Amino acid sequence: MAQDDLYRTVVLERARTPRYAGPLTDADRHGEGSNPLCGDRVKLQASVDAQGRLAAVRHETRGCAICAASADLMAERVTGQKPAHVSQLHAELVTTVETGIAPEGLGDLSVFAPLHRHRSRIRCAMLPWSALIEMLNDDKDR
Amino acid sequence: MMDQTVASPTEIAGSLRRIRADFPILSQKVHGRDLVFLDSAASAQKPRQVIDAMADTMRTQYANIHRGLYWMSERTTEAYEAVRDQVAAFLGAGAREEIIFTRNSTEAINLVAHSFGSLLKPGQVVLVSEMEHHANLVPWQMLRDRTGVELRVTPITDDGALDMDALERNLSDGRVALVAITHMSNVLGTITDARAIADMAHAAGAKVLFDGSQLAVHRRVDVRALDADFYVVTGHKLYGPTGIGVLWARREILDAIPPFLGGGDMISTVSFERSTWASVPHKFEAGTPAIIETIGLGAALAYIESIGFDAIGAHEEALTAHALKVLGNVSGLKVIGTAPDRGGVISFTMDDVHPHDIATLLDRNGIAVRAGHHCAEPLMRRLGVTATARASFGIYTTPEEIDVLAATLEQIRGFFV
Repeated sequence: MAQDDLYRTVVLERARTPRYAGPLTDADRHGEGSNPLCGDRVKLQASVDAQGRLAAVRHETRGCAICAASADLMAERVTGQKPAHVSQLHAELVTTVETGIAPEGLGDLSVFAPLHRHRSRIRCAMLPWSALIEMLNDDKDR
Repeated sequence: MMDQTVASPTEIAGSLRRIRADFPILSQKVHGRDLVFLDSAASAQKPRQVIDAMADTMRTQYANIHRGLYWMSERTTEAYEAVRDQVAAFLGAGAREEIIFTRNSTEAINLVAHSFGSLLKPGQVVLVSEMEHHANLVPWQMLRDRTGVELRVTPITDDGALDMDALERNLSDGRVALVAITHMSNVLGTITDARAIADMAHAAGAKVLFDGSQLAVHRRVDVRALDADFYVVTGHKLYGPTGIGVLWARREILDAIPPFLGGGDMISTVSFERSTWASVPHKFEAGTPAIIETIGLGAALAYIESIGFDAIGAHEEALTAHALKVLGNVSGLKVIGTAPDRGGVISFTMDDVHPHDIATLLDRNGIAVRAGHHCAEPLMRRLGVTATARASFGIYTTPEEIDVLAATLEQIRGFFV
């Protein structure tokens, strides 16, 4: 069978055995995103520390391997970050999946670069990020 | 064009090579592999006869129709109107005037919802089933919200057949004005007993519409034998082009209901104060129609008739039986929909592997299937799944392609589980 460099070990592992799944007991931020086209859904819970950094992030994802792995890698990557840095990561990931070229320092998130050849699947990887950005923007509006 | 059958049921396997040679796209490579196209239920591929008919029209014989007073326009009008005769024969219509060209099945159902729907009163009911495509659900929701008619949903059984006892109960209060039901489910492959549904609807004083988008590809439709009132099909699933569909309805209904879209071609007289309508079918065909696509549809119907529904039916029945057998042997694979009368549309899940991951990995191996909710979200909820993968067959599908699908699915499962 021809495999795809999209389904690398890290994607399969994080989809199968997520490290950041489940509810967060002391969450003070809640977000949710869904994709009506495929029924995928991501629920996010986060806590924010006194400096405005994401102290902890957890996700509950019902979706494909790409969506589930993206949510888990996202939760790992944004922990300890301020919203401005999250926005920057989000923008870099958007560019990566559009062009297939990951900037230096994107780390594990660069596994999604092959999505530029699977345009119909880009939204799968971006769903957790859209939910996170929306959650942080809601926070700003408070 | 009726029954120019050249292949007996047993002959199609032998002529499969010739049929496949008529579809240029089937020789394409995808990701360096032979294309295995198993998404004909979404849209079928086109034979060169269709491609050539459309290109030849644009090269040699094209002008606007119904109004030009010159040779080229008259010839194009003849070619366009000849397809109306072809479609009438294809569907077993009583008269060519009962054939309305639309953009697709969706537009045909919207036409009925708008025009027939405008005569309905609050308290009357439109009845649909749990397994409708959004095309045969959303227009009725919009009608309900506009006019106050009730939209009632009749259930399916757990194996994916229409629950005929429940249908009887849902008709029993005598308020149902229209039963609008699929003739073949695009998700489950279930073929409904249209004649029995029509008889029950008529006994309850209701009209009946069948969404034949899927069925008309696989079996001969005879709208009079079915005793239907409305029947819709779409060209692009019938090996024809996109942008052309058909509404058939009884002449007396078409005469009684108001037009759908207004504009040129659908009028008799126009003044600033008022307009009067052309007679059917033109009353329902406003503006310049899809001339080239209609001619392409004619070529597609001629192509289907040249193979014949006896041969098509036998081929697809054998393919479906083969597919259910080999897919049934794939570990963890569950076929969704096991109604006794079914066609070559097979939805499935495979353990916890998401259908989108299945579809992407199949694609890497040149295999095209559909994955998602198949424009039938309420049905997905009824089935307790968010999405399925779906393989669907056409006249060019081979048993070997199904074997490749099954073998690749087994490998994909090993990859995830």
